[in-house]
Amino acid sequence: MPAEAESVTTPAADDAAAAGRSADTTPDADAPRSREGLRAIAGRWETLLVALFIVLLPIGQAISPEFLTSDSFTTGSLDFSEIALMALPLTLVVVAAEIDLSVASVLGLSSALMATLWNGGLPLELIMPLCIVAGGLCGAFNGLLVTRLGLPSLAVTIGTLALFRGLAFVVIGDDSVTDFPAVWTDRAFGNFAGTAVPNVIVLFAVLAVLFAVLLHFTPFGRSVFAIGANEEAAFYSGLRVKRIKLTLFVLSGAVAALAGVVISLRNSTAAANVGVGFELTVVTAVLLGGVSIFGGRGTIGGVILALLLLGGIQKALLLSESISSYWIQIVTGTLLVSSVLGPNLVRRVSDARRRHSTQPTQEVSP
Amino acid sequence: MIPFGSRARRHLLTTTIAAVAALAVAACGSTKNDSSSSSGSSQSSSTGASANAEAPIKKGLKVVSIPKQLGNPYEEFEHSGVQEAMKELGGSDRIQGSTDAGASSQVPIINSIVQQKPAAIVIAGNDPNAVAPALKQAAQRGIKVVAMDSDVAPDARSVFVNQVTTKLVGQNQVESIAKQIGNKGQIAILSATANATNQNAWIKVMKDTLKDPKYKDIKLVKVAYGDDDDQKSFQQMQGLIQAYPNLKGVISPTTVGVAAAARYLSKSPEKGKVKLTGLGFPNQMRKFVDDGTVDEFQLWVPKDVGYLAGQAAAALASGRITGKPGETFTAGRLGKYTIGPNSEIVLGPLTTFNKENIGKFDF
Repeated sequence: MPAEAESVTTPAADDAAAAGRSADTTPDADAPRSREGLRAIAGRWETLLVALFIVLLPIGQAISPEFLTSDSFTTGSLDFSEIALMALPLTLVVVAAEIDLSVASVLGLSSALMATLWNGGLPLELIMPLCIVAGGLCGAFNGLLVTRLGLPSLAVTIGTLALFRGLAFVVIGDDSVTDFPAVWTDRAFGNFAGTAVPNVIVLFAVLAVLFAVLLHFTPFGRSVFAIGANEEAAFYSGLRVKRIKLTLFVLSGAVAALAGVVISLRNSTAAANVGVGFELTVVTAVLLGGVSIFGGRGTIGGVILALLLLGGIQKALLLSESISSYWIQIVTGTLLVSSVLGPNLVRRVSDARRRHSTQPTQEVSP
Repeated sequence: MIPFGSRARRHLLTTTIAAVAALAVAACGSTKNDSSSSSGSSQSSSTGASANAEAPIKKGLKVVSIPKQLGNPYEEFEHSGVQEAMKELGGSDRIQGSTDAGASSQVPIINSIVQQKPAAIVIAGNDPNAVAPALKQAAQRGIKVVAMDSDVAPDARSVFVNQVTTKLVGQNQVESIAKQIGNKGQIAILSATANATNQNAWIKVMKDTLKDPKYKDIKLVKVAYGDDDDQKSFQQMQGLIQAYPNLKGVISPTTVGVAAAARYLSKSPEKGKVKLTGLGFPNQMRKFVDDGTVDEFQLWVPKDVGYLAGQAAAALASGRITGKPGETFTAGRLGKYTIGPNSEIVLGPLTTFNKENIGKFDF
């Protein structure tokens, strides 16, 4: 019995865990490492992302000599920081075979709430946790509709995408608040201790480690994979599917609200219409990172690579003096579609290849 | 507890690769950081703080225009004006904008333009403050910032090119209707929504202007609200005509309202008897001017707003002006301008469109 399945004992659970495991690795990975190790690395989606990123560097430099500079990294990562933050919990949500399209609207609602509370005279140190709690409640609302009423998360979160953004405008209207204390806006805008790395990217790195550990090194994370691979099997094996999914939606809402706090401080502006349309880029990053839209498969590392790639492409396009910003949308849309299509193709090809090459080994080894 | 199985090791590998890649990007840039920041500071210090009105306009000036949003025809007219000015001065202008008008959508655009180091940025701000930190960074690198049409935080730009002032809109509109009705009779206003800030500010100036003794025979009988909705504005116009049989003129200082009011009048027996003026687009109003429903209406010329902003950007980048109130400069075909309080440059009174000149305008 594989070590990963030690916490569950029923045959159904074994199936679920096995499905989660084999789905999460390349087909070649079960073959002996000495011979197949290189091919396993070559066949991985993440390897493709690294290759694409390496290809992007000279292309970006050809588009603008400003591309490979620390300025590009600082401003590019700053511009992408909220998207990066929201992609972390969304990775877990998608691995569990759900989706949260309301993240950008929670970000907007958080910003609007921040503006109102600040106008109400509350200290920022209290407002920030309140916003994050409010985001968690938004996530709980999504999660309860999905788990208790059994509604599809796609429909629920498209609804709350409109609902939360609408609420944001009810809360603050067309106003914006800009007089946040400089000590906090400087923190959100500034770099970490004399480096070219923005503070908010350090915050992202810390959260990325936490989410990577949660997903890949804890029983909770393994349950998420099991639910995504086969929800019914996971349920019959005793996993508290509803509670786990609810937790994921709450996390997604809370981090989206944190992103709302970050973007408001970073731009010294809290308003209802910040981050409109961010959800498209967030979902693209998660899927491009190799997380299966059908659940059960994906890594935080892959999503980080996808964020680097997407951020790099956006920066290159923005730095271009001849390419219109419409192309950012076209490229994002194309990557979204191809990142759903791509892993499927890669898997089919390597499945076919495995059937050819590993047939003799399989006959001997068991 | 949790064994670090083969899967876990690979995750660790992936995460490490990602981290290394991120560091590589940060590192390969860090050497260039010093050179670019030092060149930036020398640029700004060489510009100096005092203006030299005789300084020649620098050749080959590069300007980038940032509209509120791409694909808005009105803004494209404005930016064609920036382009005209730069072409005339031997420089160049290009448009870079966002596809949505969110409060912070312009920030990534500005951040990237700053890296390209153009001579100046001409921006119509979506949100006055969200763009301010990024624009201040631009200024630190010696890039001149001109706000146009929609102002940004005053400390984030050198000058603001305003198409018109509230006072001028109110006065010009009253002058237009007074001329048409011979300074005598009942008038009404067809506005947008009851709480629209700009509309209410204009209406207040109109009321103040009407207190002038020369307008003593003009009586404002009603302010109606069409909510900037074509159908509702049409009905409100109909209601005004029915409720006030002696009505001589209507001012509709909104492009939606004035077009709907003209459409109603063109089919009504009052056509030509009740005079109509307002703020309208020549392309929307052309047929009503041609068929005699409307004698004249007003608006600023968006292309001139851009042209003035382009001229101001070139004058700033060449050191002719610094943006201090009281400085003067010549803006090509538009003539001489003085920078007003709050570093504002006002394009001027409204342009009046009538049968004679409407053929020259396409917007």
